[in-house]
Amino acid sequence: MSMTMAEKILAKAAGKKESSAGEIVMANIDVAMTHDLTGPLSVESFKKIGVPRVWDPEKVVVVFDHQVPADSLDAANNHLLMRQFVKEQGINNFYDVREGVCHQVLPEKGHVVPGEVIVGTDSHTCTHGALGAFSTGIGSTDMAMVFSTGELWFKVPETIRFEVEGTLKNHVYAKDVVLNIIGQIGADGATYKACEFAGETVKDMNVSDRMVLCNMAIEMGGKTGLVEPDDKTKQYIKGRSNKTYEIMKSDMDAESLQTMHIDVNQLEPQIACPHHVDNVKPVSDVSGIEIDQIFLGSCTNGRISDLRTAAQILKGKTIASEVRMLVIPASREIYTKALDEGLIKIFVDSGALVTNPCCGPCLGGHVGLIGPGEVSLSTSNRNFRGRQGSPEAEVYLSSAAVAASSAITGKITDPREI
Amino acid sequence: MEGNVWKFGDDIDTDIIIPGRYLVVIDPKELAKHVMEGLDPEFHEKVNEGDFIVGGKNFGCGSSREHAPLALKGAGISAVIAESFARIFYRNSINVGIPLLEAPGISNHLDTGDKIEIDMDKGIIRKLKTGEEYEFQKLPEFMLEILNKGGLIPYVKEQMK
Repeated sequence: MSMTMAEKILAKAAGKKESSAGEIVMANIDVAMTHDLTGPLSVESFKKIGVPRVWDPEKVVVVFDHQVPADSLDAANNHLLMRQFVKEQGINNFYDVREGVCHQVLPEKGHVVPGEVIVGTDSHTCTHGALGAFSTGIGSTDMAMVFSTGELWFKVPETIRFEVEGTLKNHVYAKDVVLNIIGQIGADGATYKACEFAGETVKDMNVSDRMVLCNMAIEMGGKTGLVEPDDKTKQYIKGRSNKTYEIMKSDMDAESLQTMHIDVNQLEPQIACPHHVDNVKPVSDVSGIEIDQIFLGSCTNGRISDLRTAAQILKGKTIASEVRMLVIPASREIYTKALDEGLIKIFVDSGALVTNPCCGPCLGGHVGLIGPGEVSLSTSNRNFRGRQGSPEAEVYLSSAAVAASSAITGKITDPREI
Repeated sequence: MEGNVWKFGDDIDTDIIIPGRYLVVIDPKELAKHVMEGLDPEFHEKVNEGDFIVGGKNFGCGSSREHAPLALKGAGISAVIAESFARIFYRNSINVGIPLLEAPGISNHLDTGDKIEIDMDKGIIRKLKTGEEYEFQKLPEFMLEILNKGGLIPYVKEQMK
């Protein structure tokens, strides 16, 4: 039977030869990730179920990233609870406050390989599909079930395959491609579906860029992002993971596969405007809007390529006096690289604040909240009302290049004009 | 089930249901003090035990935070009725014991202040004042069982006995 990549991975995880969209399967979980913010609720639910030990401590990964270092007594208590859990359960894959954002740390530390099923108590767990894993966000009660049994039920999703073709113009990036797709199909355009990104443009992208695409699958309702593994995937994993893995690809004649063609030749930088991620406009439509805060970072665009792009634009320049800019590398590995390459000095010299790797203002729970009437330009993935602080504030989403260019002018600015 | 309707629009996201800065709390009653705060800061004072939320399409989009259905539960919301739901929120709500009723077109018929009655077995929403009835997609048997037990955890505990 012809199957999609998602169907093949879920069939394998359920110990079956075949699975097809719409079917409910009980899948074995290969990696279960939780973090400091949704972890405590998962642990509490796990304790309520009453199973004394997690099913396989080697398959559980715990990352502290949302509130690091602890910014309140509540956060400190949550950290204590999670550290205690990790110790009690003998979980070795524990990344305390120093490592960075979970969706960057997991692939960096070799927890992500093709063909596996990964669940995480964070909606952007879909990021890991960039390496060909079926990876999806779940709630804390579902995680408690996984901790207890190592299994979870899934409805096998249909797949939308985005065939992206064309050459990206100067200062147009993966972020612009995915914002454009979300703008076209809407915030619920892929609800319950696997979003597979394919085509020449995606083949040409490096793993970091593919992560940007998959990261935002949830913003169109998708269950997972997926990219067919290739030599770049293998190269990325080499030296990071010693897990054996199987590469699975979609059969083009699979019944549940729907294809959408995206031509990016003429694409210009894209901006998601308040208060919905699918409210996407070309930068030319919104340039000139004044900004109070810029956030460069997150599991979407806090990678070394983003920092390089931004540093290149900011080198020798000064950030507009009325703007605050926060730069947050997505992981310690990225932070170190950025230090070695002199990028951090460029940011600090230009007037930006650089903080330790963490989720930062993305979720409006930790550093860099914005007040009533303020406007944020952010390289993260959500611009919901109140997302970064006050419900009377506004959040625009963009690439790192638009963020850096706008920092110089204090207004939303097309990087090609700097 | 009988109660008052509180109506909201399309794409009600999890940051509106419960903003990120409150996620350090896990007690449903505490979370309830901030439920829907982004759109209506006094909502938690107006809502009564047993009331319903009516939404448009893509209700619950965004984060995997289970704090969102827990905040609704803490506020006494007995069910959410919407044109469609986002996937993770849907699972989370059933898991914590809040029925989600999918009823295409429902936001054209119900408004804040309407008193309604819900028949889970028949899949019917009834407006008490006029007697008008609207259908919703009945939940699969196993989801009804989970809801009847008060959520996935009590359900599983009973199964394990």
